[in-house]
Formats: sequence, C-alpha cells, structure tokens
Amino acid sequence: MHIIARWWDAFQRTVGPRHFYEMTKSWLPWFAGIALVMTSIGLTWGLLFAPPDYQQGNSFRIIYIHVPSASIAMSGYLMLAVCAVISLVWRVKTAEMAAQAAAPVGALFCLMALVTGGIWGKPTWGTYWVWDARLTSMLILLFLYIGVIALQHAFDEAAQAAKASAILALVGVINLPIIKYSVDWWNTLHQGATFKLTEKPAMPVEMWMPLLISIIGLYAFFSWAVIWRTRHIILQRERRSRWVKELLRQSL
Amino acid sequence: MSAPFFALLRRDIKLGMRQSGEWVNPLAFFVMVITLVPLAVSPTPALLAQVGPGILWIAALLSVLLAMDSLFRQDFDDGSLEQLLLIPSPLPLLVLAKVLAHWLLTGLSLTLLSPLMAVLLNLPLSVVPVLMLTLLMGTLTLSLISAIAAALTVGLRRGGVLVTLISLPLHIPVLIFATAAVQANIDGLPIIGFLALLAAFLLIALVLAPFAAAASLRLAIAGGE
Repeated sequence: MHIIARWWDAFQRTVGPRHFYEMTKSWLPWFAGIALVMTSIGLTWGLLFAPPDYQQGNSFRIIYIHVPSASIAMSGYLMLAVCAVISLVWRVKTAEMAAQAAAPVGALFCLMALVTGGIWGKPTWGTYWVWDARLTSMLILLFLYIGVIALQHAFDEAAQAAKASAILALVGVINLPIIKYSVDWWNTLHQGATFKLTEKPAMPVEMWMPLLISIIGLYAFFSWAVIWRTRHIILQRERRSRWVKELLRQSL
Repeated sequence: MSAPFFALLRRDIKLGMRQSGEWVNPLAFFVMVITLVPLAVSPTPALLAQVGPGILWIAALLSVLLAMDSLFRQDFDDGSLEQLLLIPSPLPLLVLAKVLAHWLLTGLSLTLLSPLMAVLLNLPLSVVPVLMLTLLMGTLTLSLISAIAAALTVGLRRGGVLVTLISLPLHIPVLIFATAAVQANIDGLPIIGFLALLAAFLLIALVLAPFAAAASLRLAIAGGE
C-alpha cells in the first residue's frame, strides 16, 4: 500500500500541466531520435532490401507503412478513451489536452492506413476499394475520429470542448467492439467469399524484422507528435497563468 | 421517484402534440426521401423490392436524426432545462422520459407509417410485421444514441450537422441488423437471431445512453470547469 500511495502522489504531482510541460521537454529529442532512426532503418530495409513476396512480388512492401499506420490509428482511439476516463474521473487537465492533441494525429494515421490499403489493394485485388470487413471498420473508425475532432472545434470554451469530446470518445469506445463485430457479421451475411489478405504466412525474419522496426519507429513518431502538440495546447490554455507568462518573457 | 418521470413524459407529449411541426416534419421528410429513390435510381418494381429495406431504413435513420436536434434545444433556449437539472430526481431518468416522449411522437409514428412506404417500394406484404418490429426497436435505440449527441451539442448555435456527424457511425450496427432481418424475412430465412441482437442493442442503449446524455447535459449547463 505504501508503495502505491507514493506512486499515486508522484503521479498526481507529475500530471499537472506545468510539470508535464517541464518534464517532457527533455523527452522530445529522444522520441524524435528514436522515430527518425528506427523509421529510416525499418523503411529502407523493408522497401529496398527485404525479399519480395512469393505471391505479391514487390507490391507487398507497402505493408511497412500500412500495418504501423493501422495499428497506431486503433491505439490512438484507445488512447483518447483512456485519457477521457482519466480526465473525467480524476479531473486531470493534462489528459484532456493530450486527447485533444492525439485526435488529429490518430485520424491522419487512420487516413494513411486507408489510403495505403487502397494502393495495396489495386495490384493485389484488382480494385482500390472492396467492402471488406476490415476496410469498412477502419473507415468507420475514421468517422469516429472525425466526430471527436468536430466536437473539439465546436465549442468556444476549451475546457468544455475537451470534456464534451471526452464523453464522446468514451461512448465511441464502448461502441467500437459492437461496430467491429457487426461489420464482421455483415460481411459474412452480404458477401460470401471476399478478397482477403492471404492468410499471413509465417514471414521470414528478414521480412518481419523491418516491419517490427518501422512499427516501433512510427509509434515513437506518434508519441513525439502527441507530446509536441500537447505542450503547445498547454501553453495555449494556460496562457494566463504566471509560469507561462514567465516562460514567454524569458524566451523573448 | 417515478412521479417526475411521468409528469415530464406527459408534459413533453402534450407540448409535442401542440407543435405539430415537431413530429409531422420528420414524417414528411421520411416520405420524401423514399419518394426520391425511385426517381433517382429506377422505378422498376423488382429493383425497388431488392433495395427497399435498405432505403426504408436509411430514410428512417435520417428522419430520426433530423428530429433529434430539437430534443433538448427548446428547453435549453427557454431555460427549463436548468430547472430540469434542479429537480431532486435522477437526471438520467428524466432524460429517459424526454427521449421516450420524443420517440413516441417521431419513431413510433414513423413505424406506423412504414407499411404504406413498404407498399410504395413494392415490398411483399408478408414482410411488414418484421419491418415494423425492427423499426419499433431500432428507432428507439437510434433515439437513445442520438440523445447523447443532442445533449453534447445543445449549447451550440450550429448543432444540427454536428449531431448527425457524431451519431451516424454509432448507428451502423442497428442499420446492419435491422436491414438484415428484413432481408432474411423476404428470403424466408430465420430472423430470430437478428431480432435478438436488435433487442440487445436496445437494452444496452436503454441502460447506458441516459447516463451519458445526463452527463453531457450537466456539462452543457455548467460549463467545463
């Protein structure tokens, strides 16, 4: 119990906007560095040196962008919901701001997953878009993101916007599994055999290793972008507080 | 505990009946959207019968959404929403009363009108009971879900499009299983599974949506801090 109490104290101290701002200053170069190095290694390896797929040839290489994007898009929405719980239950302001920062970044990765999926679909399935369950639920995820972002921009008061979109993100995350399974069922109902990504064959190391590295790299990039945006939102929303004014005076 | 619930239910039904535009306009919209489809796509009876369930359901969904914007707006404008929050009765229960009253005027009347629309779309008459049952359960679920969106946007001047944008993705499961039930009935397949799922969605929405909508209303009235 003692340890938990201490951990909780430390947590509460660090999650205030000011502490978060000061704490993350030294994190940014690390995340940027990891993102740059890992993404360059992963993508160069994957796009130039990994062996071509025995069925799809070179077109499969888009997997090194597509899979990380899709994964980040889904984790990003989950992050919105986690931040929503933290901000609504424990009234942690920084969590609101982090959610506000993460939503557009997550939506962009979602869009990227859809676009790369379409580009990949053309040589593999012969068409840019099929109403496959996975594609459809990804599109709906983008709609959910758009709803949250639209609500964030609709209010004049930043605090109200953040709380409203937190409630919406929670409602969305409860619905997400329902939507996901509905779309899966719908897919089996309305069209028997669709094109599916060939059941993942056991990839050789030189194929999945670059994928793993790009996933780590792009996750680091996502984290960097979210922290960077959160810091800006903190400055914007705390602009009337003394420490931000002090900070501005020093930098001028 | 239930006295304010029924009082509010009666009040809202009475108010809604007196402002006939509240419930007649969405119905007119429902009929017009359905009229557009044969004009835009094709009046061939066979084709209409094939796409009919989907069209009916999309029209129903849109008219529920159109009606939803007015759920809390009038009470917000004249200040009675604030009084509602002060009533010493659980707010989710009051929200439920408002949604039910609203649904009785819009969703229910839409359901009652649907057999006529089924005829217009050349659907077999044997499918009408199932169609009405899906509309009965489905429109109430949609109303409950969109009530959250209506509550979130009640303080905003231009909430209308936003309500639609927020709630449409959440309506997709209902749309999928309602149309699947009607289609399965036309094809002579068992429908009990689809109806059970629709009922499950309705129950989840009945239990959870009033709480989310109540929290959103508090936020709209009290502000963010």
